[in-house]
Formats: sequence, C-alpha cells, structure tokens
Amino acid sequence: MSPSVVIVDDHHLFRAGVRAELDGLVEVRGDAATVEDAVRLVIEAEPDVVLLDVQMPGGGGVEVIRQVVQRRPAQRFLALSVSDAPEDVIAIIRAGARGYVTKTISGAELADAVRRISDGDAVFSPRLAGFVLDAFAGGLPAEQVDPQLDQLSPREREVLRHIARGYLYKEIAQRLSISTKTVEAHVSAVLRKLQLSNRHELSRWAVERRLVD
Amino acid sequence: MTVDDGAKMAGMSATASLRRDPARGVLAGVAAGLARRVGIDPLIVRVGFIAASFAGGFGLALYLLAWALMPGDDASRAPIERIAGKRETWLVVLGMMLLALAALLLLREWGLWFSDAIVWPVILTAAGGALIWRQSTATEEPPANRPAAAARGESRLPSVSLPRDAVGRAFVGAALVVGGGLVFLWLNGALGAARDVLLAVVVVVVALTLILAPWWLRLVRGLSAERTERIRSQERAEVAAHLHDSVLQTLALMQKRVDDPREVAALARRQERELRAWLNGRRLSGDATVALALEAAAAEVEEAHGVPVEVVAVGDAPLDERAQALVAAAREALVNAVKFAGPVALYAEVDDDHIEVFVRDRGPGFDPAAVPDDRRGVRESIVGRMERHGGRAILHTAPGAGTEIELVMKR
Repeated sequence: MSPSVVIVDDHHLFRAGVRAELDGLVEVRGDAATVEDAVRLVIEAEPDVVLLDVQMPGGGGVEVIRQVVQRRPAQRFLALSVSDAPEDVIAIIRAGARGYVTKTISGAELADAVRRISDGDAVFSPRLAGFVLDAFAGGLPAEQVDPQLDQLSPREREVLRHIARGYLYKEIAQRLSISTKTVEAHVSAVLRKLQLSNRHELSRWAVERRLVD
Repeated sequence: MTVDDGAKMAGMSATASLRRDPARGVLAGVAAGLARRVGIDPLIVRVGFIAASFAGGFGLALYLLAWALMPGDDASRAPIERIAGKRETWLVVLGMMLLALAALLLLREWGLWFSDAIVWPVILTAAGGALIWRQSTATEEPPANRPAAAARGESRLPSVSLPRDAVGRAFVGAALVVGGGLVFLWLNGALGAARDVLLAVVVVVVALTLILAPWWLRLVRGLSAERTERIRSQERAEVAAHLHDSVLQTLALMQKRVDDPREVAALARRQERELRAWLNGRRLSGDATVALALEAAAAEVEEAHGVPVEVVAVGDAPLDERAQALVAAAREALVNAVKFAGPVALYAEVDDDHIEVFVRDRGPGFDPAAVPDDRRGVRESIVGRMERHGGRAILHTAPGAGTEIELVMKR
C-alpha cells in the first residue's frame, strides 16, 4: 500500500508540480497554502507524511509542526525546501521533522523519501548530513559532554560522511558491510541527537530562527 | 579690516565654526577668530582682552585657554588636540585647568585681582560656555567622511539625535554656567532676592515641560519612525536593483531559449547559485578558502558542461599552495565526472590535519586497468598532481557502480 501525503507550500506552482510528480507513487490527500489551512487539513486527512515547506508566511513549517503535534503527536513530517541555510534546516528538524530534502529532488527520490519517513526512518539529504557533521565537529569540554546526545559515534560519522558523499542507504550498507536496517538505525540515532542535543551550534541555529528564546 | 568687511565676513561664514584666524590675527588669531564667529570687529575683542588682562590678569589667562582649545583656520587641530590623542584628552584638560587655577591664585596673591565675588563665578561660567560652544562647532561631521563611508558600502544616514557624549558635555556646560550665575548671586548677597524669581522661573519651566513633553516625545518618535521607513525603502531599492540586474535578466534569457532545455537548466542553476550567494552575503569570486574555491570550481564546471554539481563542505581552511593543487585536482575530477552527464556530488571535509575531497558520479563506472596509457586525464592531472604536492588520489570504481575519486592532502 502506498503511503499518503499532504503537501504544504505557499507556492501554487510548486504544489501542482509535486502533485504531478508524486502521482501514482504515493496517495496525495490534499494540499494547503497557509499555516492555518495546513493544520486543519492534516488533522482531517490524517496522512502518513506531511511534506512541509520551511519558509511560509505566518511562522512557516515550524509553526505547522508545533500546532499539529498538539493534536496528533505521532504525525510525521518531511521538510522540503529551497533554503540551504543551516539555521532553516536545523530549526525544522529540531521542531520535529524527520528529514529534509531540497526541492530539486526527483519525483522518484521524493516518493522513496516519503516511504522511508512513513516507515519511521529518517531521511538526510547530503546537505543536511554536511550540516550535522559541521555542527558536531569540534570537541567539547569533557564535563559538558553527554555522549548520548552531544557526540556522534565513529560509526554514525562514517554513515553521515557517506550520505554527504552522495551514497544511497543500500550502497552505504554494502560499503560498510552492515545491513540497510543498521544504516537506518544509525541515521535515526543521529536524528535524535540532532533534535535533543544542547550543542552550542544547534541551539544557536535554532535561536536564529526564533525557535526558542 | 573695516567694520563693513567684518560684517561681510560674518555673513559669509555665518555657519563657520569657531576657529583661530592666524592670517588676520595679531598674535595667534584668537581674537580675529572669535570676532568672525560672533560677527563683530576683531578690534573690539582685542580691546576687551587687553582690558581684562589689566584688570586682574584675567584676559591673559582667558586668551591662553582659548588659544589652546581653538583649532586653527587651516584645518589644523587645536594645540591641545595635537598634544594629546583622544584618549588622554580629559587628562590634558584637567592639567590645563590646574595650571590656569595656579596662575589665577598667583595673580590673586599679587593683588592683580577684582574680587572673589566676581572672578570665580566668571571662570565657572566661562568654562561652561566654552564646553557648549565647542560642541556646537564639533557636532557637524566633515562631509568628506561621507563618500568614504558610502564607498565602504555602509548605508549611513544622517543621525537625527546628537551623540550621547555630546549631550553629556552640553549638560555639564549648562550646569557650570548656571552654577557660575548662582555662585555670583550668592557671593554678592543677591540670592535671597533672586530666590523668589528663581522659584517663579522653576514653576514656569516645570509647567512648560509638562505641556511640551508629549509633543516633544511625539516628535522624537516620528523622527525615528521616519528613519526606519527610510532605511526600509533604501533596502527595498537595493533588493529591487539586484533582482532586476540578475533574476529578471535571467528569466528574460530563459524565455528566449525555451527550445534548448539544457541551456535553460544551466541558466537556472547559475542564477540559483548567484542568488544563494547573495542571500548568504557571500562573494562568489572570493576564493580565499578551500570551500569557496571548490564551490567556484564546481560552478565553473557546471556552467561549462550543463551538469548539476552538488557541493557539500564541512569545515574550511585558508587556500595555501597545497590546497590550491587539491582544488585543481578536484576540478579535473569534476570535469571527468560530468562527462557521464549524471548529477555529480562533491564532498569536502577539512579537519585539523587533513583535507579530503570526494567527487562521485553515478555514471557507468569502468575498469581502471582497462584505461589506455595515453588517457592522461586521471593519471597525470589528478594522481600525479596530488602526489607532487604530498597528497594522494584514490579511484573507486567498478563497471555499473559509478565512480568516486578520493583526494587526500595533509595540511
């Protein structure tokens, strides 16, 4: 069964384009152009995944996530954005999106990403992997480190580096002689750290988007 | 100089600042400068100085003080400013004040003196007046600074409020003048009578303040709102100019080339890159770091071959000679990769002792052993170049699995 999605973007042309590209690959349950409409539509349509633009009038994707999870805590989001500024990308991930892809992604790849998210995995584009490696680079004073959250394990770094180099999950699995499931587990672990860590870079990026005060 | 000339001068330089005028002066041009500023004949000022000097030596001290504080006409700085940089100004002022005080006490000891009741208040008032006067001449910014600021790209707007320290100085000056007046009244026993008048004045001032304050506040707020609006419209104009020069031009070009999808895609990519660089406040041509140089190389290759190159860089380093060799090798690897027409990924990671670059394509891949010797692209310009600079290049490829070139350089 193909997963269902709702498309949220304030650009009409873009919504129409994504709809056409995803046609037949996933079930599109509707689209919305504003934060308000999006929240209402997601609550009604109960899609597996919400495709979410980062920058929208009225608070953007971050605001949609904030309002939806109050009523549907298990709702899954995939950020789909033209922005490649780390503060935008990190902010929406920390708000709760399980992945980020750029708008230039092909229809087939997007459908694949949607499937992955609806299965509960995380989806990292090469650029997001680069941001994460950047944010987790550099040591911290030993007493401040929570290894569960503030540091990447060597294996997680290796997986992220391969994503940044443009490898697919199954190629990474092959190269590192592990299963695709293990790759996915590593990426999900990184996602959790990304969302919960207090590392300075991450908090700074979040503050720059006024995610926290 | 006749009185007429003096009046003309004053008219001509009504906005001129208080400066010494050595060209017309007898000694240092203090009297001439003062006369020009006030608009009277310098002779009157000179007579005043001389009279004051005979009566208590006071004029002499005042003349010296004025000479020290007034800048020269030829835009030379005041002697006091020449003596001390800005930082020590207050120390120098303090020293001058102590010296003047010593001179005054000496004169007092010698009997060249009016009476305490006149001299001290006059000194206080003069000091306060000097502070206020100086500042009315010093607040105007020389216009010569403005084009320089504009050239640096700062959008400077004429400030609507006085600088903070100027306000402070005016306050101290006013306090000194008022204090001098009060001391004069007190020493002459006239304070009792003056108190009634003063009370009335205070009442009127308070009343006026209460009446005028809201209006004044509104004026200040209006000014700052106007300023914000001006900044905003300036920014809007700048954005509009940029969009017109870049985005609109490209869109027009794309409409003309609709029959050539490759060209249109290349135009769109180039515009996208330009716009992103502009939004991030970066210059595309500033190749001073490894990441920027790699991005520039990728942009060049992308434009020349019409194949998208995605650059992801982690960390950065200055572009030294070895890093330049690395960038050149990476560029060569990109050129090789785009020949297979698929999207190419470039990943660069800079840490404390290595720079690593990975260039990966999703082409058909090949068997490295089967490449003939005369195909020098990979061997010479990538592997050879890296080895000459103390690095290494590793080729990962197999038929059907794409190609990845790994470049490693020690920092």
